[in-house]
Amino acid sequence: MAFIRQMLTVAAKDLRSEVRTKEAINASLSFALVILLLFSFAFDPTSETTREIAGGLLWLAFAFAGVLVLNRSFARELPNDCLDMLNASPVPGAALFLGKALANYVLLLGIELVCLPVFGVFYNVTWYRHLGELVLVLLLATWGVTVVGTVFSALTVNLRLREIMLPMLMYPVLIPCLMAAMRLSTVLIGGEPITGDDVAWLRLLIGFDIIFTSLAVVLIDTVLIG
Amino acid sequence: MTALAVEGVWKYYGDYPALRDIRFAVEPGQCTALLGRNGAGKTTLIRILAGLSRPTKGAVKLFGQDASVRATRAQVGIIGHGIGIYDELSALENLKLFAGLYALESPGRVAEEWLEKTGLARVKDGLVREFSRGMRQRLAVARAFLHNPRLLLLDEPFTALDDRAIALLQGLLRDALREGRTVLMSTHQLREALELATHVVLINRGKLAHTGERTAEMLADPGYLYRVHGEA
Repeated sequence: MAFIRQMLTVAAKDLRSEVRTKEAINASLSFALVILLLFSFAFDPTSETTREIAGGLLWLAFAFAGVLVLNRSFARELPNDCLDMLNASPVPGAALFLGKALANYVLLLGIELVCLPVFGVFYNVTWYRHLGELVLVLLLATWGVTVVGTVFSALTVNLRLREIMLPMLMYPVLIPCLMAAMRLSTVLIGGEPITGDDVAWLRLLIGFDIIFTSLAVVLIDTVLIG
Repeated sequence: MTALAVEGVWKYYGDYPALRDIRFAVEPGQCTALLGRNGAGKTTLIRILAGLSRPTKGAVKLFGQDASVRATRAQVGIIGHGIGIYDELSALENLKLFAGLYALESPGRVAEEWLEKTGLARVKDGLVREFSRGMRQRLAVARAFLHNPRLLLLDEPFTALDDRAIALLQGLLRDALREGRTVLMSTHQLREALELATHVVLINRGKLAHTGERTAEMLADPGYLYRVHGEA
């Protein structure tokens, strides 16, 4: 119980800080919307090809915008040496990590939910035909992005070039997760349910989440203290 | 049981040995002044004691347990170089946050009590970023003491404090020592430190130069220790 309370305390603190400063939300949301807008100029919204790559465009926007939220996750602990005080507290590294990941997850999902209707308008797609399955894909893929991004945010927090290093480290690791999310989102936005071979992509997403969450929880103390 | 045992601690930064075979013990109820010139290794040692850095060789035990075990940290209060307080949260939110992280029974009540003790109750809902330097420092002191730690690790605690915060911290440290808690503080302010200290540890360029009880000579002449055991 103490573990969950400490985890929720960290998550609530991060969310409260973000709501007060709006540093990451404003930057990330506007960046995602601008990317969607620019892509909509580059591709003809009425063409079949655009619909076939819709999932890819959507997840590129989410992945690029997400990095702005994830970069702030541990960087917001740097002023006044707050990260030292968190590390010096009896909070297990796993609770600290999961609390931060939970806050990032809520922020990323919020940004994605705002972007989806805008995406529907710009690309002339009826994205909500399989809403339940699409939400499932969003939940699973966003958790994958969040877990990997939060670990690398901790790893790069003391680097001067962390804004550059985080995406360089994070995106290669995220390739399987993003591939699955893109494929499944394209299928669902195209009006088809997840069946046949596509179920394997869903399993890949679940497996990715389990493996990387377990690895992160085991390794986070080493990442934070060295 | 020894409150703090430093057992042959070495710390390398690359090829440079910042700490070389440091060994000493602090018994419960002692107030130990950790002294040394700039760059002697005091902060490195305090970071290792606080579990913020791992020694390259050797071990640190807090109340018989390895310092890297997170659960032992519930018994330690820290004042470091940074105040460890969130600017975008209020004073009350900051203390409730740390009370929650230390799994205290009623974080709200404890936070209110410490705001009262540090004279910040009047501004408890104000954001820390709007506080004066002195108010922030008093809040940092409250943060370090609010979970009633058995061991206090203080790294240059009097540096940059205003008069009110110095008086507050000295009072709290005297109370803590009366209650049998253990204090280890690194400082350059020899007179303030030696007035409180029962024992002294002197580090010189990463090596232990002296450890023992604080003597009358040290109190009468704070430079004595450096002349006899450290570099002149």
